[in-house]
Amino acid sequence: MQTFLQRANRFLDEPIGLAARLMLLAAAALLVATYFFPLWNLTMFAPQYPEGLRLDIYSYTLVGGNNGQDVKEINVLNHYIGMQDLVNESFTEFKWMPFVIGALGLLMLRAAAHGTVVALVDVTMLFVYFGGFSLWSFGYKLYRYGHDLSPEAAVQVPPFMPPMFGGQQIANFEVYSYPRAGSYAMAGVAALLLTALAMTWWQARRRVPPVAADRG
Amino acid sequence: MNLQNRAVWARVSALVVLGLVASQCTPSQPASRRAGGGVQSDAAVAAQKTYVAPGDLDEYYMFSSGGHSGQIYVYGIPSMRHLSTIPVFTPYPATGYGFDDDSKKMLGELTWGDAHHPALSETKGDYDGRWLFINEMNGRLARIDLRDFKTKQILGPVPNLHGNHASSFVTPNTEYAMMATRFSRPVPNRVVGIDKYATEYKGIIAGVKIDPKSGKMSLAWQILMPPFDYDLGDAGKLASDGWMFFSAYNSERATGKLEVTASQRDLDYIAAVDWRAAEKAIAEGKGDVIGGVKVLDPKKVPGIVYLMPCGKSPHGVDVSPDGKWIIGSGKLQGVTTAFNFEKIQTAIRNKDFTGDEDGIPVLKYESIKDAEVPVGLGPLHTQFGTDGWAYTSLFVDSAIAKWKLGTWEVVDKAPMSYSIGHLAAAEGDTVSPDGNYLVGLNKLSHGRHLSVGPSQPESSQLLDITEEKMKLLYDAFTEPEPHYAQIIKADKIHPIEVYPKEENKHPLAVWDVKDAGVTRNGKRVVVKMVAVRSTFTPTSFEISAGDEVTVAITNIEQTTDELHGFGLLDYNINLVIDPGETKTVTFTAKKSGVFAYYCTNFCSALHQEMQGYMVVK
Repeated sequence: MQTFLQRANRFLDEPIGLAARLMLLAAAALLVATYFFPLWNLTMFAPQYPEGLRLDIYSYTLVGGNNGQDVKEINVLNHYIGMQDLVNESFTEFKWMPFVIGALGLLMLRAAAHGTVVALVDVTMLFVYFGGFSLWSFGYKLYRYGHDLSPEAAVQVPPFMPPMFGGQQIANFEVYSYPRAGSYAMAGVAALLLTALAMTWWQARRRVPPVAADRG
Repeated sequence: MNLQNRAVWARVSALVVLGLVASQCTPSQPASRRAGGGVQSDAAVAAQKTYVAPGDLDEYYMFSSGGHSGQIYVYGIPSMRHLSTIPVFTPYPATGYGFDDDSKKMLGELTWGDAHHPALSETKGDYDGRWLFINEMNGRLARIDLRDFKTKQILGPVPNLHGNHASSFVTPNTEYAMMATRFSRPVPNRVVGIDKYATEYKGIIAGVKIDPKSGKMSLAWQILMPPFDYDLGDAGKLASDGWMFFSAYNSERATGKLEVTASQRDLDYIAAVDWRAAEKAIAEGKGDVIGGVKVLDPKKVPGIVYLMPCGKSPHGVDVSPDGKWIIGSGKLQGVTTAFNFEKIQTAIRNKDFTGDEDGIPVLKYESIKDAEVPVGLGPLHTQFGTDGWAYTSLFVDSAIAKWKLGTWEVVDKAPMSYSIGHLAAAEGDTVSPDGNYLVGLNKLSHGRHLSVGPSQPESSQLLDITEEKMKLLYDAFTEPEPHYAQIIKADKIHPIEVYPKEENKHPLAVWDVKDAGVTRNGKRVVVKMVAVRSTFTPTSFEISAGDEVTVAITNIEQTTDELHGFGLLDYNINLVIDPGETKTVTFTAKKSGVFAYYCTNFCSALHQEMQGYMVVK
């Protein structure tokens, strides 16, 4: 056991290879894409809205389709069932997400420059945790919007969970919810980090052969 | 890069490609459009069914309310061609309406009206093609004579009643047209704080008696009602003859932000009025005179009105062709409710009440309801076809649901473009609907026509309902705003095309140019004028500034379509005189100088020469 920990420590202190460093740089660059592309999209069709009402969710803002008009329209419609307004102010995520993405980017650059396995492991774990937490937070937000309905609303509907991934019929609306380029970029970052980690692990195995006792 | 690295890369890129392929995304169109479905007919079939060849005539007239334009628009069905406009509550220079003395007097001070529900006169519950009635929000009711398609009488604004929305629905033998309050207020009107709305404000239901010979309308009686918002109505027929039904929302008696405050209760009401009982009570001298009208208070005169609970914020209330069912559509729910008239009568007899509202008994919902029909979201209005078929418009679903009376099964839904309000079937609210055409009167039309800027027309869509599935035939674009329409078989209307000379009893009519000319009595000047192709006689006349002038023009033509206009420049005078008609305009000659008058309605090859001068000294 002790030897395993020693070996792990030795491995964590190892420098990482050039390919892994380049992947870290690429991952940091890819993170920039999340600023330019939406993470998620909600689209709602109804007979009266054959062109659909569209809502793009960025890491730092909501953007309605049709020059922002769609989000206003969605809020007008939602007020009949007593749903709270979709406004930037109610998303604390918009405050911390860009900060965390920036910080993670800096950690990736640090790992690329500093170049030890421990830095790579840290940033990978933090990123995966961040991704998972963001997804949960998004889902929870949708849940709250579908459940915190005003009891005084003109139209009473049973509380519902809006779709997070896929399509669903809600009253006269077909609602579709799917990840967009920003989320794919995040997935790409995760893939790059995990690949870099896997590659480093492989290379380290060859450079640091395990001692016999360790095998027993 | 070594071999192993390359293998890793290959795996990663394979994963990315797989991920992209497997990932789904938002479709660009709603499912109904992707399926290429809808109710669109085969284009060739639809074209054949709606094509009325040049010179051929349509099968039906449709009289469509023009909403706040204050007019009625006349369409031919199935071509959906706009045939003419009947001005009712708004001046209409095209026919000189609102410029001549008579129509000006009829309009009074109001130059707009929000017209809603046209109602054709009926005999034994069937359209008889004599008159057309239409209500207006400023407490008025108008009668149009279908002999000449002209507005003949505007009744009101009537006292006590405010916001005349639940109107003008007529009884099966045109004994009465109805009126009712949408905006309750103190009766008689005076300042009472809005905080006392629930107790001090009142609604009014009114019966307007119609003279069976002349069609003349007179306010017969009013009933004092709780301060609900009375929305629509319909008269009972056959089995339910003698009754009127009015839907009412805001049974919460709320004020302020009504979209919330008036949407709290699950059940509002349909008021059932025994109009023969009201008639009898008035004949017995009951009722108090308020604002010059006999008003019956249900507290003092019981047995005239009952409340039927109906969910939720009911809009349309429509009686089935046999009169057995009353269909109430709660606009904030997904079902329309069928009430059984016989059960209503039994409940009244057995005093099967759950309480009262200001002394008006509330019937027990479960005792009078036959079915809640799951038609879809936002049901508004119901029309009828043959064999018990019913068609309910669904605002939220933007569709029409077809269902069956008695079995209550919903068999078809036709999407409407978009957000349908009323609907009108051929003779679809009579005792014998024709079951062939149905028109959806939609509130939105966006994207269905060449763009005409922000002020968009409404859309009226023609459907074929002869088969099991409804089929969309035609999109027509209508001026704001078709609320309700009535569709009547063309052969029931027999309009004249000229006013016969022998019927013209106008005291200022002159039929011979020798009789034309100016007569003066102090400052009062009368100009009797003859209009005939292509001269006004006299061709000029002289008056003095400050004179009060009446110009009476008789169009002595007896030929179809030979209208003459009389436009007097700088004096805001514009008449159109039909063949055989005499019209007058009275004004004070305030401006001196020379002013031309001319024929505005193209009449002949020498139309441009049909002109003259008024000289004001």
